[in-house]
Amino acid sequence: MRGLWLCALALLLAAPVQAERVVAGLSQEAIAITTNFAGSEILIYGAVQRAAPPPGAEPLEVIVTVQGPSQPVTVRRKERRFGIWVNTDASQIDEAPSFYAVSTTAPLPQALSQTEDLRHRVTLDQAIRAVGTGRADQPLFNAALIRIRSDDGAYQLNEGAVRFREQTLFDTAVRLPANLTEGDYLTRIILTRGGVVVDLHEQVIPVRKVGLERWIYNLAHERPLIYGILSLVIAIAAGWMASAAFRYIRG
Amino acid sequence: MQIYLPIAEVSVNAFLLLGLGGIVGVLSGMFGVGGGFLMTPLLFFIGIPPAVAVATEANQIVASSFSGVLAHLKRKTVDLRMGTVLLIGGLVGAAVGVQIFAALTAIGQVDLLVKLCYVVFLGIIGGLMFFESLRAIRRARRPAGSVPLPRRHRGWIHALPFKMRFRTSGLYISVIPPLVVGVFVGVLAAIMGVGGGFIMVPAMIYLLGMPTKVVVGTSLFQIIFVTGFATLMHATTNYTVDMVLAVLLLVGGVIGAQIGAAIGVKLKAEQLRILLSIMVLLVCGKLAFDLLVTPDELYVIGFDGAGH
Repeated sequence: MRGLWLCALALLLAAPVQAERVVAGLSQEAIAITTNFAGSEILIYGAVQRAAPPPGAEPLEVIVTVQGPSQPVTVRRKERRFGIWVNTDASQIDEAPSFYAVSTTAPLPQALSQTEDLRHRVTLDQAIRAVGTGRADQPLFNAALIRIRSDDGAYQLNEGAVRFREQTLFDTAVRLPANLTEGDYLTRIILTRGGVVVDLHEQVIPVRKVGLERWIYNLAHERPLIYGILSLVIAIAAGWMASAAFRYIRG
Repeated sequence: MQIYLPIAEVSVNAFLLLGLGGIVGVLSGMFGVGGGFLMTPLLFFIGIPPAVAVATEANQIVASSFSGVLAHLKRKTVDLRMGTVLLIGGLVGAAVGVQIFAALTAIGQVDLLVKLCYVVFLGIIGGLMFFESLRAIRRARRPAGSVPLPRRHRGWIHALPFKMRFRTSGLYISVIPPLVVGVFVGVLAAIMGVGGGFIMVPAMIYLLGMPTKVVVGTSLFQIIFVTGFATLMHATTNYTVDMVLAVLLLVGGVIGAQIGAAIGVKLKAEQLRILLSIMVLLVCGKLAFDLLVTPDELYVIGFDGAGH
């Protein structure tokens, strides 16, 4: 943690003169998915450093985004055919983050202008990339993806969840659900004034399966035949032992 | 106690899985059925991806049938020759079924196929069983012998070529019907994540004319190898077998089955059958209802299998 601060300080000294900078830290450097993993929470905290008195009257806003690894996703739409509901239309979305959380100090439209959003891809609509699907109704599929993942807690918009402690100190907590996808999670802390990005801090949190979880997953994907045989042997042994134990208990 | 399933990539309560295994185990012990046809839809309901549910259930069935088949082998109520013929058909069917499953996953229709299969087969079997046991109960109430059983005639089956002698079953019939039954059940095992006992047992009795005492042991013998093969095929083509999930369901299931068997002894056969048929029809009705009624969410995110 001290290294981080020193780093930020060094950058501060080396960088050209800038009115306001953000320095931030995370409560976790990495997340390990263990057998009893039931979700996690990262605390993100930071401070605004000023070389001069605050410019203008516009309030300072902070936006924190946490983004999981992006993957292509297929979204399908159901239609009634022959009386039953069947998947008919499908849209291949090129890239959608498996997890995305945006936390802000103020309502997003107030904290970030449209142009800055396009440039830094902050909102969910910007994080999802669906180019060349050739569908006129593509926005419907994007909206459905956001809706379904929001219900699962995989996509979050927490307006007002970042709080200023003092004039320049802020913190927030982002809840990660239990069914996390492995990968590098990018955390961005964005400082804005009047909707314009003043400074940006990025940090990657690696999320990895560890221990038994890692071993099982690797075996299943790298040696599928051995894994399959092992699953059978373990299952048969477990079933046999459970019934033997039960018979023993009953006398 | 939450537990993270490494292949399904979801976190579920371990006691919920043990409990589900236990309840399905009690039912399967009571009725002498595998219980795969109940467990697989229940796994869908608690949020396990369908591809993982089907593959893992195949793995669980191998294990839960294993101790059953040992008991039948000891009692010599397994027709190994018939079992082997059914098995050859079953392996071909399972290989085909896994390929169908993978192809339908790619075009996003696997959910529909699995659910339709469930609705159709549960509906037919449940309906037949319900009316048959209702008749049996009525017959038991009336004075004996008032309704004579019609003699089964299996004329066309005896006319088929490639006859073979099955000594344990006391049959001399063509190998074609058992092979066809085997293929059919193999496909179902791979697609629906069931052992297929609920199709196999009636087929053996009514179609092949096997004596009832060897039917259960022989079907278990065949089911072990077919579901074992389906597990390996799913593990190598779809990477969807979750070892942790299988073991948890199994431990609950084995204990539940012992309790269920103890309860089953105390009930009459017709009562058991009518209860089972009602349960089968309920599961069928729930799945059919979901297909017919307008869903809350018209869009779904496609499963590309659990492996990325």
